[in-house]
Amino acid sequence: MIGDLLLQGVQMMVVLALAPLLTGFVRKVKAHLLRRQGPPLVQPYRDLWRLLNKEAIVADSASWLFRVAPYVVFAATWVAASLVPTYATGLIFSWSGDLIAITALLGLGRFAQTLAGLDVGTSFGGIGTSRELMIASMAEPAMIMIAFSVALVAGSTQLSNIAATMLTYQVGLRVSLALALIALVIVALAENARIPVDNPATHLELTMVHEAMVLEYSGRHLAMIDLAAMVKLLLYASLLGCLFVPLGLAPEGSGIGAHVLGLAAYAVKLAGAGAMLGAFEVSIAKMRVFRVPNFLGAALMLGFLATLLLFVSRSL
Amino acid sequence: MMALGLVVYGVLALLAVALVGAFAARQRDAGTVVYSLCLAISGAIAIAALGSLAGPGAEAAFPIGLPGLGSHLRVDPLAACFLVIVDLGAAAASLYAIGYGAHEHEPQRVLPFYPLFLAGMNLVVVADDAYTFLFAWELMSLASWALVMSHHREAGNARAGYIYLVMASFGTLALLMAFGVLAGGSGFGFAAMRAAHPGAVSGAVVLGLALVGAGSKAGLAPLHVWLPLAHPAAPSHVSALMSGVMTKVAIYGFIRIVFDLLGPTVWWWSMPVLLVGGLTAALGVLHALMERDLKRLLAYSTIENIGIIFLALGLALAFRANGLPAGAALALTAGLFHAFNHMLFKSVLFFGAGAVLTATGERDIEKLGGLIHRMPISSGAFLVAAMAIAALPPLNGFASEWLAFQAIFVSPALPQWGLKVLVPAVGTLLALAAALVAACFVRAFGILYLGRPRTKVAETAVETDRFSLLAMLVLCGLCVLAGLLPGVVIDALAPSVQALAGARMPAQIGTAWLTIVPVVDARSSYNGLMIGLFLVIVAWGSAVLVHRVAGRATRRSRPWDCGYPGLGPLAQYSAASLSQPLRRVLGAVVFRSREVVDMPEPGTLRAASIAKSIIDPVWVGVFAPLGIAVAYVAGKVNHLQFLTIRRYLGIVFLLLVALLLMVGVGG
Repeated sequence: MIGDLLLQGVQMMVVLALAPLLTGFVRKVKAHLLRRQGPPLVQPYRDLWRLLNKEAIVADSASWLFRVAPYVVFAATWVAASLVPTYATGLIFSWSGDLIAITALLGLGRFAQTLAGLDVGTSFGGIGTSRELMIASMAEPAMIMIAFSVALVAGSTQLSNIAATMLTYQVGLRVSLALALIALVIVALAENARIPVDNPATHLELTMVHEAMVLEYSGRHLAMIDLAAMVKLLLYASLLGCLFVPLGLAPEGSGIGAHVLGLAAYAVKLAGAGAMLGAFEVSIAKMRVFRVPNFLGAALMLGFLATLLLFVSRSL
Repeated sequence: MMALGLVVYGVLALLAVALVGAFAARQRDAGTVVYSLCLAISGAIAIAALGSLAGPGAEAAFPIGLPGLGSHLRVDPLAACFLVIVDLGAAAASLYAIGYGAHEHEPQRVLPFYPLFLAGMNLVVVADDAYTFLFAWELMSLASWALVMSHHREAGNARAGYIYLVMASFGTLALLMAFGVLAGGSGFGFAAMRAAHPGAVSGAVVLGLALVGAGSKAGLAPLHVWLPLAHPAAPSHVSALMSGVMTKVAIYGFIRIVFDLLGPTVWWWSMPVLLVGGLTAALGVLHALMERDLKRLLAYSTIENIGIIFLALGLALAFRANGLPAGAALALTAGLFHAFNHMLFKSVLFFGAGAVLTATGERDIEKLGGLIHRMPISSGAFLVAAMAIAALPPLNGFASEWLAFQAIFVSPALPQWGLKVLVPAVGTLLALAAALVAACFVRAFGILYLGRPRTKVAETAVETDRFSLLAMLVLCGLCVLAGLLPGVVIDALAPSVQALAGARMPAQIGTAWLTIVPVVDARSSYNGLMIGLFLVIVAWGSAVLVHRVAGRATRRSRPWDCGYPGLGPLAQYSAASLSQPLRRVLGAVVFRSREVVDMPEPGTLRAASIAKSIIDPVWVGVFAPLGIAVAYVAGKVNHLQFLTIRRYLGIVFLLLVALLLMVGVGG
């Protein structure tokens, strides 16, 4: 019991500690691919620390919601992340929420963030919220269909159980899982405001979505929102890892050796995901806003197809 | 037994209160008296019904009504469930109305009909024969029609009342015929109908008629067109009752006929229910996303929720027909739980709309904004209800939608190919609707309460009265409780689910940490309490930590807005611009929405303009042609009025022969 609690606590802390590093790593990869030096790997930590210690400037027209939202966004994202197995399965709190609950928790974070975007009453906040709502209303159903398809393969919506099933190699190669993988990658790109859906490094009014929503934030509030975004990126990387590359995940009740191995495997997976994301982002252009629905519609259709295949036959 | 007695006396008391309302409406404090009495009566029935949720049930017969039939009343677990929903909603609406009703200009148009409306809804739920059921159903319809017409001088309300009356009559006709088929040779008592099982074809006819009759009252597409007109036209506490409670009575009618009276289910009966449910959910929320009238927006969102409930009922039918009682229990619990939840949060939302209406006189969200500063408590309640309806954890809306998703997740066990293809499709619709609802309520709350006030009335709004706030807060508290402890609600629904589905969900209250487990542990589980605690601890803890470690220095300043501050409130995003991307992506397909931009040449002094158009496919595709057809036929048969006596006698003779032939052949 104590050991399980410890494992859960360690995983949550690992998620929090590694999240800025992953973001820094992706930036580094992108910089290198563009023949730039790039900021050091620990730059996100420094940015967060500096933001935390700065004075927070709040607009005159902002309500209490504007000041509460960053903490809600962070809490929802971190709690969701704590339900995703990172380097070991058998999380003790896994039963308190499944893959659908994780999707809904991320939805809670988005609800708070989009409302905060409207709170000050500026046109930029509105444009960000408006586009985020469009993206979310395609990405969220796609995510639920992905949840259906992996859950039907594993016979459970509980992520720890799904990861444990995927780990047994009985699953094999399946068409439905391949479709779900593609869909999940698309959803992950959209949910994390990455190219080609959004550009995390832009401040151009015509292209920004996430940045427009948080434009009015500063100081510690911005730090919490940025940290939440970093945790979310790590969450999706972990999710892809535990669903589709479960290699090295320490099974439930395994010894310390398996855990060390699991941590090493997790680091490798994160590095791989970060490198692929960086390489993908430098090699593709951002889409026009109104092409995004087609892109996400594809994810929704793939998720639907995967589910349909599994309804028709359990072995596809 | 107590619940049934209380309902009988309660209905009689409500009729007496209606008389008080009719004769003393113009007296000072008449509203307070009437609403307080309604609150006491419905509160008592709700508490008694809570006590009889587990059965054993009670029956009574009264020698009034049709000769030889009398009127039969019965409270079984299902009726008790819906008595709780009806009377809890009625009690909250009455409490709210003690404050809100004071703003009524013509109380004599509301006070007599409000208790009648409550009496009608209570009677429908306890009726145990077709005659009493239809009588109560009509009482409910007519009383609510009178309430819809209480502000009949306002533009559009008369038309809303007319369309409502036509659709309500049509629905009752369908139900009448459904009972006719069910009664067959057995008689009009529900007990007799339960004993006789119609065949697959006449069963399907009954199902279709029930779907039309109850569905038109509940707001199923394509019979929903009256709902967004009529619900908002009534005073806000009545809107809350119509949307939150009367639609549930309609769902009760459907469940009673299809799950209880109809007997064994055939698998393909579930297909139309699933399909209509899924389409209604998607269409309702899309409409709500395009709407700028707050109360109509809420009415459209009701349609969406009704779709979700029918989807769950359709799944339950499919499972039941295939002898999978565990799945049927899961789906039926999801549907009933969602019906209860929808009563809670939709009432709060309409109460909030009423508070805004009182404070500003405005229902158009484009003309409001920034109300969170002026109405802090009611905006908080609206926010909680909006989060609940958007199915966000740890609130109750998520718990019931999660159960619905779990039901879809066990449905690969269904053997039929039609269902194997249909269920993932409606699952996608459900997922899409769930995501769009969140967008819809971000838009509604954000434009209404957040930002800067767009007009003078929004700037000078004041918080609503204490009774209204109390009603909202009580229901919000129940939303949170039902979300944190969904197991309690699931167990309370278990006896009625057991009776209808042949099984119940596993007992939830005994599970470790109050987790809900729909099928088995390893498959899926959810713990609202744990997630809620986790969220609060992390949010609170991180805020405290950040304030401790990094300080809490805050400065107020003008908005930054990327360097363009100082733009007026009209430069904010409006509701129409907020939903523009979704209107363009989804509305272009469903509503054939178009935007025409008129941008004058530089140098011209003409104002630029943008016109957007939305076409309701159901209205244009179904009802407008129907109206034309009816007018055409009426024109053609008009000359029947001007025949000679000879011809009339001829027609009578021919009819007589035809009837005799029918009797001769049929008998």
